[in-house]
Amino acid sequence: MVKIQIEEATVPIGRRTVLQDVNATFEGGSLIGIIGPNGAGKSTLARAILGLLPLASGYILVDDQDIAAMDRPALARTIAYLSQGQTLHWPLSVERLVALGRLPYLAPLSRLLPGDAAAIDRAMALADVGDLRERIATELSGGERARALLARALAVEAPALVVDEPLASLDPGHQLEVMELLVRQARSDTLVIAILHDLTLAARYCDRLLLLDQGRLIADGTPADVLTEDRLASVYGIAASIDRSGRAPIILPLSRI
Amino acid sequence: MNIVRRHRLLLPGLIVFLLMAATSSLLIGTAPIGQARLFAALGGHGDRIADTILFDLRLPRMLLGLTVGAMLGLAGAALQGYLRNPLAEPSVLGASNASALGAVAALYFGLADLHPAVLPILSILTGLAALILLFALAGRSESPLTLILAGIAVATLAGAGISLALNLSPNPFAAMDITTWLLGSLENRSFSHVWVALPCIAIGATLLMIDGRALDALTLGEDNARALGANLRKTRLRLLIGVAIGVGGAVAVSGAIGFVGLIVPHLVRPLTDRSPSAILLPSALAGAALLMLADVGVRLIPTNNELKLGVVTAMMGVPVFIFHLLREKRIW
Repeated sequence: MVKIQIEEATVPIGRRTVLQDVNATFEGGSLIGIIGPNGAGKSTLARAILGLLPLASGYILVDDQDIAAMDRPALARTIAYLSQGQTLHWPLSVERLVALGRLPYLAPLSRLLPGDAAAIDRAMALADVGDLRERIATELSGGERARALLARALAVEAPALVVDEPLASLDPGHQLEVMELLVRQARSDTLVIAILHDLTLAARYCDRLLLLDQGRLIADGTPADVLTEDRLASVYGIAASIDRSGRAPIILPLSRI
Repeated sequence: MNIVRRHRLLLPGLIVFLLMAATSSLLIGTAPIGQARLFAALGGHGDRIADTILFDLRLPRMLLGLTVGAMLGLAGAALQGYLRNPLAEPSVLGASNASALGAVAALYFGLADLHPAVLPILSILTGLAALILLFALAGRSESPLTLILAGIAVATLAGAGISLALNLSPNPFAAMDITTWLLGSLENRSFSHVWVALPCIAIGATLLMIDGRALDALTLGEDNARALGANLRKTRLRLLIGVAIGVGGAVAVSGAIGFVGLIVPHLVRPLTDRSPSAILLPSALAGAALLMLADVGVRLIPTNNELKLGVVTAMMGVPVFIFHLLREKRIW
């Protein structure tokens, strides 16, 4: 199983320090939620894990290798990434879109192999987009498109998966579907790191939550430990009612403070 | 499985089309000579006149149409993919204008009369100078918009230089020479032009062909592309050098031939899976065939002054393009 260690990572974007002295270790087989208000540094943390941003200090290790020294395609085969925002510049068919997930395995100028086609089929089945195979991805509904893009990330079949706001623009049914899919991936030994805004869904499905605020890691632990009234007040500036009667806490924001 | 095998008729079809265009470029022309004599010359036992027409006049012209058309089509396809913009064409980074400026300088100062290779070589040199300027303006930025803006700046500066030459030209004939060259043509080209253009186009085309995977990955935006293992810095370097050398070499021998680089990728794209890598080679083949056919058109259409190739590609290309846009519900 894959292991990602973040040691004292500080990440600047331009002159601003967006992430400050973050420490965390993740291992395969768990679903990890990253939560925090807008601008807390969640996406920056995800991009740093992917090696997309240089660190000012500290380091990030994947299976004990510094990602700064890793070969890009090798890193791409280890960590799959789905950025926020559903970017798709050309009107590809869903199948062709999902096939992009196999790029880390292709040598220059080579074609997809039957093994790649099988991985593409598996990813489409997992994300439930098999019926959309021939459809043009840019013409899908927001929910269908989100699932097609998720299938693209799954097609990498990497031991780790980082998804940035996978629930944006999904209805409640599809939100639950995606969270169940991420849990299934985690149960099959993948390390899944998801940036989430819905605290109740995060609490219900994630094994562990990381709460970020202003570039610092404020709390790291089980959902019940991380989500307290005091923290929601100090980090989000909200008064919230937390119902702890069920298996996982249910968070209902009530008012701004 | 069918994703691996679809569209497999496209390349054979385009190759047949290309061979037909190349054959008609060799056999059709203004010289009053029977096709039987040309066929005999092609077979290696023609008379002297047929040999001269075929090998000294039409063969270099055909080869230039083939290579220049392929380069323009390929550059358009690669740039549209890299910039993720269906409006991109080979001139967007300023390479065409800058190369034209070198040629215009050669004509203006009378250097072009010294040797047939002086004009194309000067043209390639200014194209490379423009590339250096482009790097100085946009070298470190990651964004495609910065690159387009820098390209527009370079193209406008080179365009201003061309206008200056026209403005200051000592007599109307010099201005006429420059304008005529700018319209683009493959008339009266010899093998010396082929030997100047061919290496540039070969280098440029190679650099543009090898980055298909990175262009595909860019469909998902820059972050996802890098997370899929693409090294965008190297891709960008290869693309800029490839366009500058390849398009520079093409413009150097043919003048500014517009529309091929813009239109060909749009004509080819619906016949593929629409991913940027899938249109690279087909765009090169289709660009080569279309430019050779347009050049045959130049010879066939009877006019008092000879028609210029750049005029024909625009006059023929734009209606085809508009028809294509109206017929296709999806524009790109």
